[in-house]
Amino acid sequence: MTEHIHTPAEDEHDNAYSGLLVNDAHWAFGTDFEDPLAGVDTTVPDDVDAATLGAYALMLGDDALVMSHRISEWTSNAPDLEDDIALSNIALDLLGQARLLLARAARADESLVPSLPEGSPAPPEDALAFFREAHELRNVRLAELVNGDFAEATVRVLLFSTWRLATFERLRSSRDHVLAAVAAKGVKELAYHRDYSARWFVTLALGTDESRRRLVAALEALWPLWPELFDTHPVEAEAAAAGVGVDPASVREAAEGVLDQVLAAAGVPRPDVPRRAGVLGRTGRDGMHGEPLSRMLAEMQSVARAHPRGLW
Amino acid sequence: MQRARRAAESVTDPELPMLTLADLGVLRDIDVVGDGHVVVAITPTYSGCPAMAAMRDDLVRELRGAGFDRVEVRVSLDPAWTTDWITPEGRAALAAAGISPPGPAPSSDGPIPLTLLPTARQVRCPQCGSPATELVSEFGSTACKAQYRCTSCLEPFDHVKEI
Repeated sequence: MTEHIHTPAEDEHDNAYSGLLVNDAHWAFGTDFEDPLAGVDTTVPDDVDAATLGAYALMLGDDALVMSHRISEWTSNAPDLEDDIALSNIALDLLGQARLLLARAARADESLVPSLPEGSPAPPEDALAFFREAHELRNVRLAELVNGDFAEATVRVLLFSTWRLATFERLRSSRDHVLAAVAAKGVKELAYHRDYSARWFVTLALGTDESRRRLVAALEALWPLWPELFDTHPVEAEAAAAGVGVDPASVREAAEGVLDQVLAAAGVPRPDVPRRAGVLGRTGRDGMHGEPLSRMLAEMQSVARAHPRGLW
Repeated sequence: MQRARRAAESVTDPELPMLTLADLGVLRDIDVVGDGHVVVAITPTYSGCPAMAAMRDDLVRELRGAGFDRVEVRVSLDPAWTTDWITPEGRAALAAAGISPPGPAPSSDGPIPLTLLPTARQVRCPQCGSPATELVSEFGSTACKAQYRCTSCLEPFDHVKEI
């Protein structure tokens, strides 16, 4: 048998079918770029507990995964083409962050990765995305809510990205090289997300009576979940103490400072509504989620779960 | 080494085909580590860049065509990609294709200040050269571009946004 080496024909780029003839079957529900961390130094820093690092990366990854999926539901549904594209781009950036963070979590602590049927080609980050139940996800609850109107999307992206940007600004100096690199990259992306939603926030606030009414209603509806973003979960406290993570409480002042600038420019006061309680004190970081997350996962995961060995 | 470099540097970006990966600054390193064995490092432009797999496949194909039977493509996350890495040749190729090249990237050290007004950029229309242009949206047809319009010739165009 002679070994076949694929050599491109002169006109390969002109032939829409040529790519299909190469034997490169891959996992059907993710990209085929084998390892998003190929060649990256994933050594866990000395004296850092790998399980803590993994659990912490999973939290940040789940925030991005769930928020990305919710924003992606705006694709083809936004009020105009420009905002459709903007929201799709934001979802894509967050999905990229999720992929790297879930891969980092899996590399730090393999025991986090659900076991799949034998022969499944799903990479670890996809196993984490597609084969965990809602109670195993560690995202903040703000990310998982069912989408509302465009004002709701504006406020949600503003709250989420203001908080995440403040977190990533500090995470750039993580002792974990992967988290530091993801944060350095993510800061640039999140700055665009935050400023995009902040401008829309001001525009809607100063627009018509109707746009302002909707914006204020969205802010009041989401505000009860804002304090949860700054709660310190034991994993976050340990990760921060080990120099690999950021204590959410430590970014509250920075995040609220930015948010206050937006509220001031929009002439919108801070809502006076109490925070949403957890269930027996447990919130998103503890795996306590609302029913909407289960429904979202059912839609997001069902095809991959039905075909865990899916190749194409 | 020359052969590997020539082959790798000939690969173009899947979404900006007028640019090579080298011109875009995505191709970070080419290393011939053994007989017929080459290791290439690339840096994603954005975390969710969907073109990474296509770039990898294109690099593997070109390098195999150049006689390397073992091609490894590695991802380099640090330092993060910046538009400042786009070469002068790359900027000229963008402009020639009607895409406005990026200005200097802002510093991304320290806290990133909130900008409530549209990003102030000196963007010239790549079609007619007029400086009378306005931002339509900070997000464009790909993650790396913003949408502009020229108020002189009225043509819309893409601008590679500074990161």
